[in-house]
Amino acid sequence: MNVGILYSRIRKDEKLLLAELRERGHEVTKIDVRKVQFGLTEPPEIFDDVDIVLDRCLATSRSKYATQYVAAYGIPVINSPETAEVCADKAKNSLALAQAGVPTPATDVAFTKESAMESIEKFGYPCVLKPVVGSWGRLMAKLDSRDAAEAILEHKATLGHYEHKVFYIQEFVDKPGRDIRVLATDGEPVAAMVRSSDHWLTNAAKGATTEAFELDDEALELVKKASDAVGGGLLGIDLMETGDGYTVHEVNHTVEFKALTDATDVDVPAKVVDWLESKVKVEVPA
Amino acid sequence: MAECVECGADVALHDDLEIGEIVDCTTCGAELEVVDVNPPVLEKAPELEEDWGE
Ligand SMILES: [Zn+2]
Repeated sequence: MNVGILYSRIRKDEKLLLAELRERGHEVTKIDVRKVQFGLTEPPEIFDDVDIVLDRCLATSRSKYATQYVAAYGIPVINSPETAEVCADKAKNSLALAQAGVPTPATDVAFTKESAMESIEKFGYPCVLKPVVGSWGRLMAKLDSRDAAEAILEHKATLGHYEHKVFYIQEFVDKPGRDIRVLATDGEPVAAMVRSSDHWLTNAAKGATTEAFELDDEALELVKKASDAVGGGLLGIDLMETGDGYTVHEVNHTVEFKALTDATDVDVPAKVVDWLESKVKVEVPA
Repeated sequence: MAECVECGADVALHDDLEIGEIVDCTTCGAELEVVDVNPPVLEKAPELEEDWGE
């Protein structure tokens, strides 16, 4: 097969995938989205021979639009624009999880400082304020007091991009210093790890330590449900242990798996390429 | 080897270099983007976007 890779930066994750694809004799068409013009009807020439497109754009805006156009051209794209749309926005993500009956932290969205403050006081301290877009734990705030909450809301309202004027307020989950990251393909786990840190943010990008994690039946079921809730695909699902079960914080659609490859003995790129091969058989009838 | 566009120093490159990859100049610390591999050509990498990623 010929796999088109949408990218603007080749990270370690993309290199691992490229190596695996080429090793198996697949063709790869690298598509630098910075150089492409997406017209309304005809796909750009670079898409001519691709059987499937894998979106590896880091920028969520590029990811959202490029996948919509590729899908409109009738080319199968991973992940689908529908999935990208839900996953790129924390508010939509939370709503989709809740509607699917997946346990997720109590979350309010509010549009003014005043109404955000009411949510914060309702949740009590600490609670968490996040931007609806963004990544790697950036611009997330754990609010420990009313003074801190007022200062941060004021800063966001004054300095923020318009998307920071959507206040996303979440209860603080008192997890045991770690959270669980699962990489899944259409709800089927590929690998899972726990990220541990003394810091309340346990992103691998924030220097958390990682180790392999064995999913129990409950976690397996939640991974499947969470994946279905956002439309399936190649996804990173973030769970936390609450003491009597799990809560799913979010589902990520342009998932990094380098840390998983290091933390587990799963050959993640091989599993991902297996799955891509199966997708092409399903989506492109010979 | 390729030349750093910022400071002119030689930048050591690995074998499996990919177009679109970012490499660091160990001399000046600049982030450089690989724009060609054969022979390797480096350009100054664009700044990070605000709405990046996962
Ligand atoms: Zn230099």
